[in-house]
Amino acid sequence: MNKVTHTKEKILTVRDLRVQFGIREEGAWPWQKPQALKAVDGIDLDIYEGETLGVVGESGCGKSTLARALIGMLPARTGSVVWMGKDLTKMGKKELRSKRQELQMIFQDPLASLNPRMNIGDIIAEPLTTFHPKLSGLEVKTQVQAMMKRVGLLPNLINRYPHEFSGGQCQRIGIARALILKPKLVICDEPVSALDVSIQAQVINLLKELQQEMGLALVFIAHDLSVVRHISDRVLVMYLGKAVELADAKALYTNPKHPYTKALMSAVPIPDPKIERNKKIQLLHGDLPSPINPPSGCVFRTRCPEVQAQCADKCPTLEPVNGDHHEVSCLLV
Amino acid sequence: MLFKHKKVVQELAQQLGSSVGTIEGRSLWQDAKRRFLRNKAAVASLFIIGLIVLFSIFGSQFAQYSYEEIDWFALSDPVELGRPSIETGHYFGTDKLGRDLYARTVQGSQISLMVGILSSVVAIVIGTLYGALSGFIGGRVDMVMMRIVEILSALPFMFMVIMLMVMFGRQIILIFIAIGAVSWLDMARIVRGQTLSIKNKEYIEAAHACGVSQWRIVVRHIVPNVMGIVLVYASLMIPGMIMFESFISFLGLGVQEPQTSWGALISEGVVTMEFALWQLAFPLSFLVVTLFCFNFVGDGLRDALDPKEH
Amino acid sequence: MSLLRVDGLNVSFDTPDGQVTAVKNLSFALKPKETLGIVGESGSGKSQTAFALMGLLARNGRSSGSAKFNGLELIGMPEAELNKVRAEQVAMIFQDPMTSLNPYLKISQQLNEVLMHHKGLDKKSATAQSIRMLDAVKMPEAAKRMNMYPHEFSGGMRQRVMIAMALLCDPKLLIADEPTTALDVTVQAQIMTLLHELKQDFDTAIILITHDLGVVAGVCDNVMVMYAGQTMEYGTTEEIFYQPSHPYTGGLLESVPRLDTDSPVLATIPGNPPNLMQLPVGCPFQDRCGQALAECFTSMPDLVSFSNTRQRACHAIIASVGAQ
Repeated sequence: MNKVTHTKEKILTVRDLRVQFGIREEGAWPWQKPQALKAVDGIDLDIYEGETLGVVGESGCGKSTLARALIGMLPARTGSVVWMGKDLTKMGKKELRSKRQELQMIFQDPLASLNPRMNIGDIIAEPLTTFHPKLSGLEVKTQVQAMMKRVGLLPNLINRYPHEFSGGQCQRIGIARALILKPKLVICDEPVSALDVSIQAQVINLLKELQQEMGLALVFIAHDLSVVRHISDRVLVMYLGKAVELADAKALYTNPKHPYTKALMSAVPIPDPKIERNKKIQLLHGDLPSPINPPSGCVFRTRCPEVQAQCADKCPTLEPVNGDHHEVSCLLV
Repeated sequence: MLFKHKKVVQELAQQLGSSVGTIEGRSLWQDAKRRFLRNKAAVASLFIIGLIVLFSIFGSQFAQYSYEEIDWFALSDPVELGRPSIETGHYFGTDKLGRDLYARTVQGSQISLMVGILSSVVAIVIGTLYGALSGFIGGRVDMVMMRIVEILSALPFMFMVIMLMVMFGRQIILIFIAIGAVSWLDMARIVRGQTLSIKNKEYIEAAHACGVSQWRIVVRHIVPNVMGIVLVYASLMIPGMIMFESFISFLGLGVQEPQTSWGALISEGVVTMEFALWQLAFPLSFLVVTLFCFNFVGDGLRDALDPKEH
Repeated sequence: MSLLRVDGLNVSFDTPDGQVTAVKNLSFALKPKETLGIVGESGSGKSQTAFALMGLLARNGRSSGSAKFNGLELIGMPEAELNKVRAEQVAMIFQDPMTSLNPYLKISQQLNEVLMHHKGLDKKSATAQSIRMLDAVKMPEAAKRMNMYPHEFSGGMRQRVMIAMALLCDPKLLIADEPTTALDVTVQAQIMTLLHELKQDFDTAIILITHDLGVVAGVCDNVMVMYAGQTMEYGTTEEIFYQPSHPYTGGLLESVPRLDTDSPVLATIPGNPPNLMQLPVGCPFQDRCGQALAECFTSMPDLVSFSNTRQRACHAIIASVGAQ
């Protein structure tokens, strides 16, 4: 597993990122101001060259929204996302579009992310023809076929259509499309959740190989903690739009500090009967609070098994613990 | 690892595979074509429509009279001598003015089909682009564009077309424009709805992520996926257009004499229905058969392009 | 004495592109109070097995063979009789609770309907019984929530409603088709813990259909591994996990990423999931198997017992399959 050395270059710096959606209440008049759904509520992050950052959390934690905001596909309410020295949140549309050569994305549903009416050759070539329109047809075809080979697809299938491929192969097509322009950062939004277990492993291995080869930085979003462990250098745990814990993967999995992370880890089923039957699961009670009206102070306090009075007053932020590679957002740690 | 040697065999297979020629894919259109061809009613209808189109193009080759020539001999006794018969050369008989009904039916087919198909083309082109843009841009632009459509729909269609006819005279081009100009509204609404549902699909988001420009997304991603529903609606629109043209011709406001259309012929035939049934029967059956066939084709297209398959 | 005995079950579908066999020659037995896990990936036929048992196959599906529940033959049973068996003897819960609950009816109506129809209770007793069941599935404020609609519940809560509905008539067998796949992992833990407790309180046998090996490890007594509609292996949970006897099981266990271990490269099963329209002659796993022998390409191995508790369908010898 890669070791994170902070001597590597910082390529993306995120400070106090907040993304909100306006939710119109039922029966509200058209002129009434919509309520704010705080999908991402103040995230600070640094991403280094060539590393894989895993982002985990359950539904409603804001990880998909964060992913899209990181590459400028969703507007930020406040905060800054600085890519190679330039703030994406302040860029104009045209400049942002040109940044797509360096910032790419792989999607969750492999088949749905491919236009059913285009053959895969055209799908994979699209980023290429968009930014290098002067390339000849033969040039484009050569590059596309080289990319197909690289992701494990037979190059002579270039004229086939997406519905003729399996889920795993569709995801390979998606990866080929994302990587054909040799970007520097790729956001992977739950890329293996929709795949069979035996295929998941193939795709994860492929991503790791390509990352090593091309020096990519990956932001790997998933709800499956076991998968994230195998691919990430560092992991960020999110809850209700806030960062809860950020650490090196090994440190996080062997020694989680935040009550939520601990509950999450204990809940993941392990394919080992002896371990699983003797496991003491820390069950969380209650439901996820509404992101329109999050609890005051620490957002996790309504379900936290270790909650105390002070948790309602002050909102904790990520503070280093155990040296500076492990940060936790909890008043009790 | 347990599966190492399998990997070697696979790589070999891959190398062999790439030296073989590229395999052609089976696009969704091809799948739809296959499904359509399995639908016997639709294929038969398409065939019949083809025959009628051929009839309208080449039918006049077999006519022994022109469509405006008056047969004075037949006129002396329209009921007896105007009957359809092979010997006199009036295959469909004559109309009440002694003109050859066969030639006039051929001419009427030309006009009716042209009006139906051309107006549909106008409606499709304008409606699709308008609806796709409105749906894609969204927000306030979409709201304004749709309000315009709604206001235009509220205007009395019949009244407007008749007014146009009266103001500018009964020219054939005007009929196309008038009909097409009003029917694009429905098409725009349908395309907008379909665009809205496609806009949220993941492959559109993926296209954004790849840096494709807005215009190219509309043309390359949205329009091809909307074409399915456009085709179905168009095939159901054509009979509507033909009916409409027939209706205004029936009212006497359609094509100018001596040109004619099915509607005009039917209008004339109705008057002489009691004693010269053929004057009504021939143009009417052409109209009815064409309408039926277009409806079957439309149903067949809808089944073939069923979105459930995707 | 088996509660459920399935013998030579076949399920196939008529599609415009030909006939697709989803389940082929499936045989297994289930004892009362036993929990059986059916594990497989897409195309394995595990869900179709459950649908066939409950008579819920799609219109173009055909089932043949035998499935005797307490002596009653389920395959081919007329709909009226099958309706009596469903809910009273065999209940089922599905993957997506949102689509299995009627969004237009309050849950009180949906729960009461089961009791009033199957047990002939009047509305008042049905409501009381339903509330008691909601308490049993640990639904907070059960009485108040009876008057809510499905969309007002979270995913985990809806699944509890489904479980309550399934257990209302005290069935002997509960079939759970991927009950936690659509749920978050903490909610999944709650539901699996609940199922474990209910199993003991209600004495039901459970057939748990899933692709998640971790879930199976925690709650099942026996495990059946399916691939391309056929059984590959059957045994107790410990035996399957610690001493897999089939290359597919072994490959699956090796390629699942585990929370507690850390391997640089994940082992994989090469190739793609089976194409049920074009299954090869012989063993369906042949093109992905590291131990394929010549006969694997010509004949399908029979399911043979090699111990009191275990069965396997494989030509390769057991020793060649690695142990955990």
